[in-house]
Amino acid sequence: MKEKALQIDVSALVNFNRQAIALALNLLEDRRPRLQAQALTLLDELSTLPAPAHVVGITGPPGVGKSSLIARLIARQAQISRRVAVVAVDPSSKVSGGALLGDRGRMQISLQAEVYARSFAARDRLGGLSREAFSAVFLLRHCCDVVLVETVGVGQSETDIASLADTTVLVVQPFSGDVLQFLKAGVMEIPDILAVNKADDQALAQQAVSDVQTALALERGSFDQGSLEGSWQNPVLAVSAATNLNIDTLDDAMTAHYQHLQSTHKLGNKRADQTMAWAVGEILHEVGQRGLAILGGVEGVRSLWGEQTQQWSAIRKLATLLDRVRYRA
Amino acid sequence: MTKDRPWVMRTYSGHSTAQASNELYRLNLSKGQTGLSVAFDLPTQTGYDSDHALARGEVGKVGVPICHVADMDTLFADIPLDQMNTSMTINGPAAWLLALYIAAAERQGVGPEALQGTTQNDIVKEYLSRGTYIFPPEPSLRLISDVITYTVKNVPKWNPVNVCSYHLQEAGATPVQEVAYALCTAIAILDTVRDSGRLEAAEFTAAVGRMSFFVNSGVRFIEEICKLRAFGQLWDNVTRERYGVENPKFRRFRYGVQVNSLGLTEAQPENNIPRIVLEALGVTLSKDARCRAMQLPAWNEALGLPRPWDQQWSLRIQQILAFETDVLEYGDIFEGSKVVEGKTNDIRQAGWAEVERVTEMGGVISALGYVKEQLVASHTARVRNINAGDHVVVGVNKFTETAESPLYTGNSSAILKVDEEAERDQVARLEAFRTERTQADVEAALLSLRDAVKNAENIMPASIQCAHAGVTTGEWTQTLRDIFGEFRAPTGIAGAAAVPNVSGKVGDELEALRMRVRKTADILGRPLKVLIGKPGLDGHSNGAEQIAVWCRDAGMEVVYEGIRLSPEQIVTSARDEGVHLVGLSILSGSHLRLVPEILTGLRQEGLDNVPVVVGGIIPEDDAENLRQAGVARVYTPKDFKMLRILSDMVDIAEEAA
Repeated sequence: MKEKALQIDVSALVNFNRQAIALALNLLEDRRPRLQAQALTLLDELSTLPAPAHVVGITGPPGVGKSSLIARLIARQAQISRRVAVVAVDPSSKVSGGALLGDRGRMQISLQAEVYARSFAARDRLGGLSREAFSAVFLLRHCCDVVLVETVGVGQSETDIASLADTTVLVVQPFSGDVLQFLKAGVMEIPDILAVNKADDQALAQQAVSDVQTALALERGSFDQGSLEGSWQNPVLAVSAATNLNIDTLDDAMTAHYQHLQSTHKLGNKRADQTMAWAVGEILHEVGQRGLAILGGVEGVRSLWGEQTQQWSAIRKLATLLDRVRYRA
Repeated sequence: MTKDRPWVMRTYSGHSTAQASNELYRLNLSKGQTGLSVAFDLPTQTGYDSDHALARGEVGKVGVPICHVADMDTLFADIPLDQMNTSMTINGPAAWLLALYIAAAERQGVGPEALQGTTQNDIVKEYLSRGTYIFPPEPSLRLISDVITYTVKNVPKWNPVNVCSYHLQEAGATPVQEVAYALCTAIAILDTVRDSGRLEAAEFTAAVGRMSFFVNSGVRFIEEICKLRAFGQLWDNVTRERYGVENPKFRRFRYGVQVNSLGLTEAQPENNIPRIVLEALGVTLSKDARCRAMQLPAWNEALGLPRPWDQQWSLRIQQILAFETDVLEYGDIFEGSKVVEGKTNDIRQAGWAEVERVTEMGGVISALGYVKEQLVASHTARVRNINAGDHVVVGVNKFTETAESPLYTGNSSAILKVDEEAERDQVARLEAFRTERTQADVEAALLSLRDAVKNAENIMPASIQCAHAGVTTGEWTQTLRDIFGEFRAPTGIAGAAAVPNVSGKVGDELEALRMRVRKTADILGRPLKVLIGKPGLDGHSNGAEQIAVWCRDAGMEVVYEGIRLSPEQIVTSARDEGVHLVGLSILSGSHLRLVPEILTGLRQEGLDNVPVVVGGIIPEDDAENLRQAGVARVYTPKDFKMLRILSDMVDIAEEAA
């Protein structure tokens, strides 16, 4: 078998050359050792460069219209000349390991727009983000203005998306009673923005928005009392992908949240916390509780992380920690 | 003893240009055909003029291009429309083609009240199976409703809608599903008409009476007889209970038929003749459930476009059945048969249960995703059974030994080749037509069309004005596209259940293939990822959907985006997604145009190493052409063994790595 050494042009990559992006993402997915080493070198190089993109996670139960909403958001970004990357994650079949990646078709990506879209199978991470998707987002942060990440799920898997996205948008539709239960029960973290899609029927949409607001108020009540000035008021928006209703408002809210993170200097910490949460999740997934214990638990991981070479990408840091467990004498 | 009148005999035809099709129609009529069945090309069916970018390579391929009223004049030159019974297979822009037909008749001096015929005008089965939809469900139903209310008042002998169960069977429906989902469609349409409030009670009853159906008849002809009897009983019930129609005349189940194409084989194609005969028997034997009109496919449909002689052979089957045999001389020969009655009851009860399930989901439009998933699942089961040999197809998976056929040598000598010049000719005439018309009339007509759409007036009068003014198919449709938007139907594949445990040889082979696919990931560096694409305007997605589902079940990661993709879109997806292989499905005959464009595009993106395989109705000469151009493999209907195709794909992807 030939293992062609891939030549990835980093300047083309950060200038949104889609051919280069595709090749780089192929490389990141490649499990062959020589190419993995090359991938880590690429990621290390990128981590010394700015990562300007705003990463937005779009999540919610199946069938609420996430892909159609993303289609509208893509069109909106194109209007204001932003470069967009989309990462869509679909579940893999437990039986065959295969996957049908169908979101792309629903996104109706115009060939004229500056959009790069890639679908990922969740593989062994049921419903959540695959390792490949994480490193893809890590790379794409350097290449464009906005990264939209679509994942399916309600409940636990949100922790995955929240550990990756700067802004999390939860999409629901009217009468999503189960989602409200999750929110109320605190099973689910409060999303930064809540979008009630399919708000074509005004009355239904108003009712749904007020239901969600009530649920959020309960939740916030238990956490946010006497919160600091400048806290984010998680907006609840009635939108419709079908009729293009309030898509601009949603996009503005996304941007406002990003600005909020920047102006309150939360972005740096948030990304650091995310990386840590992700690393711990990966360690648990790869080597289990025993492996985590070997590294000294969560605190151990945190301190080992800090000791590693600053120029290393998060992915190399993680790989090094995992090697430490696997190859410990 | 008096013989019953025979059904209307038609042949689904049309190709190249209006003039070539007109010659064919007059030839067919001279041979004893008693009605016409117009096949439109894909640009016309999807509302594009022949010179639109998306029409390239598709003009005149699967039917006749009709861009304006002069094309319609030519199509029916020397065919008096007051004496003809014309069926038009048109759906998305049905209102427009009917307007052109009415205008052409008026130009012959024939008023609308004299016209007889049918517009297919069933959008639901387009979403589910056939793929030539344009607008979203709500405005589409409104257009259908407009055609019904207009014809009931002005074209009283017209069948405004042919609710199609035909394409549901082609998409894999069982008899129960075929009956149930077609009834759901009829209900969705009639509910829309009723709720529009445009018809008086008596007119609405007449509209119910004008509803007709277009059904499929497979080779299991006894079951088909029972299916049609059940269909009729259920329709009688729906019209009486749901719509309060008292007069039995308006409750009659009226249907036309095209017998099964799904079961026609490319291997030993002469065997299709006995299949067609038996299928025709299924819809004629039982007087109580006999068809009103029939069109039979040709024996060589799985090879390519039939020639006039092939169509003649099928017409002769109808004529022998009607004039030589005694089927028309008896009352219903199944009356009192316990077996037929029992089977009919089974289908009726199961069919009604499925209608109720869909009704609970809010009707067929709300349940579109569910229905599509049911069809894909049924089709997957059918393909699996053929592969396992449980479903016998003579000459395909049993009795495959054959002497050389004197009817054809290879594929290409026994089919009609569409003249590649036809497209250029058509486009030139379209351009000339545009310069000759009066621009002010065109603009005024389009303005009244826009007003009619926006003010929720009936679309037909303004459309007929447009037809007379010289508006083109593309202009009419674009006006509506601008207001209604467009639609993408569900693909149904995500919900198609995986094939966990297939017993027997196919199961073992599938398991072995899964192991191979897993191993391939080591060679490729990551799991095998493929793109299944449907380029061009062809909406027959059943084959592509099956391949996609089977690839998933073999362990591949499959990108599938649905129908009507441009070559550029497919190339972009292949690049962005980083796929190892591209599989294309084309049934419209435009492969020689579309596939090379995709190959060139891939090269331009530096994806020379991504192999391309193609499946479709592709004559051997063309297949050789495609292989020369760089296609790794070409599959035709005779390649029915899914697992062999999949294992080829794995080989090809590995070799290219």
